[in-house]
Amino acid sequence: MKIGIKDIEYIATLSRIELSDTEKEMYVHQIDDILSYIEKLNKLNTEKVKPVTHTVNINNVFREDRLETSTPLEVVLLNAPSKMGAFFKVPKVIE
Amino acid sequence: MEYEVVIGLETHAELATVTKLFCGCSTKFGAEPNTQVCPVCLGMPGVLPVMNKKAFEYALKAAVALSCEINNFTNFDRKSYYYPDLPKNYQISQNYHNLGINGYMDIIVNGSVKKIHIHNVHLEEEAGKLIHSEDSGANYSLVDFNRAGVPLLEIVSSPDMRNVNEVDSYMQTLRKILLYTEISDCKMQEGSLRFEASISLRKKGSDKLGNRVEIKNLNSMKSVIKAIEYEAARQSELLDGGKAIDRETRLWDEVNGKSARMRSKEEAQDYRYFPEPDLLPVLIDEKWLSTIKSSIPELPLEKKQRYIESFKLSDYDAGVLTEEKVLINLFEECVKIMDRPKAFCNWITNDLLREVKDKKLDINDLKIKPKQLASLVEIIEKGTISSTIAKEVFSEMIQTGKEPQKIIEEKGMAQISDEGLIESVVDKVIANNPNVIEDYKKGKKNALAFLVGQVMKETKGKANPKIVNELLSKKIVDIN
Ligand SMILES: [Zn+2]
Repeated sequence: MKIGIKDIEYIATLSRIELSDTEKEMYVHQIDDILSYIEKLNKLNTEKVKPVTHTVNINNVFREDRLETSTPLEVVLLNAPSKMGAFFKVPKVIE
Repeated sequence: MEYEVVIGLETHAELATVTKLFCGCSTKFGAEPNTQVCPVCLGMPGVLPVMNKKAFEYALKAAVALSCEINNFTNFDRKSYYYPDLPKNYQISQNYHNLGINGYMDIIVNGSVKKIHIHNVHLEEEAGKLIHSEDSGANYSLVDFNRAGVPLLEIVSSPDMRNVNEVDSYMQTLRKILLYTEISDCKMQEGSLRFEASISLRKKGSDKLGNRVEIKNLNSMKSVIKAIEYEAARQSELLDGGKAIDRETRLWDEVNGKSARMRSKEEAQDYRYFPEPDLLPVLIDEKWLSTIKSSIPELPLEKKQRYIESFKLSDYDAGVLTEEKVLINLFEECVKIMDRPKAFCNWITNDLLREVKDKKLDINDLKIKPKQLASLVEIIEKGTISSTIAKEVFSEMIQTGKEPQKIIEEKGMAQISDEGLIESVVDKVIANNPNVIEDYKKGKKNALAFLVGQVMKETKGKANPKIVNELLSKKIVDIN
């Protein structure tokens, strides 16, 4: 096993999601499978391979600082699970 | 116990671009909520961010101005955290390949130069704005994403500052650099320039750093100073009492002048940075870098020094003058037209700033043109108007942008130098004030000043004071 229930709980906390015990058990196995699969890469000799962050060999892609039309408010709020006036409404944030 | 205070500052500056970092939405402050947003800055699935070239170049310019080593390969990373002001649940930032590292900025404290190291300079995107209900019983917060995706520059200093004077000088100098290079408008009241402080204490003479505390929610430079003083006192009291300092983040409460531990930070901070797959790396070649380097103007300390040396201005005046870009432009254009640095400096640092303060004007909205201020100085030197009248003219000039000559004509303010005309007023004043003349003869010399005042009053301040003085002195002696 690469990871345990504790890791799953930690990730869930960071992601602000609540998992049932059954779900935790399920995810431990699923994620562990994924990690074991990826582990295979470690068998390859990568000594002479440079680390890459992107698979395409393109750099310096920019746009000009030119104004474009924004989305109309009524469209913006269409996907809001909850709204109030022109705002998105979310559970209270305390700081 | 005596402690040394160790302070570092993190500075965030919104860049002065027209559009956001990854989309064409406006960055303009003060728009109706959620009207400057699009699928990209709302983090809709499937959208692709594309880097704003100007924002990138502004960030590069800042890194160069702060004497950083420029990474010729830079990349962007995702910083994952979950907060409702962050639509994608991650912020595009830089972590592994910052734009600039190992820089420094010279500051002046009590007349001597101190070098403050800059740990790194990087580019990231702003978060949205949360609005909390004033009703403390409300169970919701509101989100405005207009600010989400605005290009944000982060400048991280090394913990090189030891007292609030150094912090103050660091903030002032950095603000000026950002203004001079026109990277940011630095409006703290609109949040486009923000500071966060980290503070730790150690025994004097020790070189081991103590646990550091970060302070957020500092809305002005004054708050930064007050919060640091408060925090240094709080930590020294804890240490004196044999207690440990927790590594934590605290929120400054400006109203009550104290800080409190930030609740959300009790949870683990784990940003799980990884390279942003949607943005391609940026390679910076020598040619590009040298173009950026040549676009850096004279920076604050050099400029101030030049003002003191070439224009013979006082340290204080040079400081005030170099505070704002508009003042610098006005002054430098004026001295190009006419070699009267001291006069221009006085008009700008005294009269202009007083008018701005008294009438609550926006310094960036002033209408006065350099040529007009130069004309005014010329008019005064010619003796067309007195210095009192000149102040009136100036006050109108800065608000309307009218030519001084025109204001003088329209209001009939030109100085009266016609001796015949002045003489008639002098005669009238003498005739109306026999008692004052008596006093004068009995030796009350300030009686003359009163009479001059009367003549000026009669002529609405327009009589040439030199002529008034001469005529009056002569006439009084003649009366016998
Ligand atoms: Zn947008």
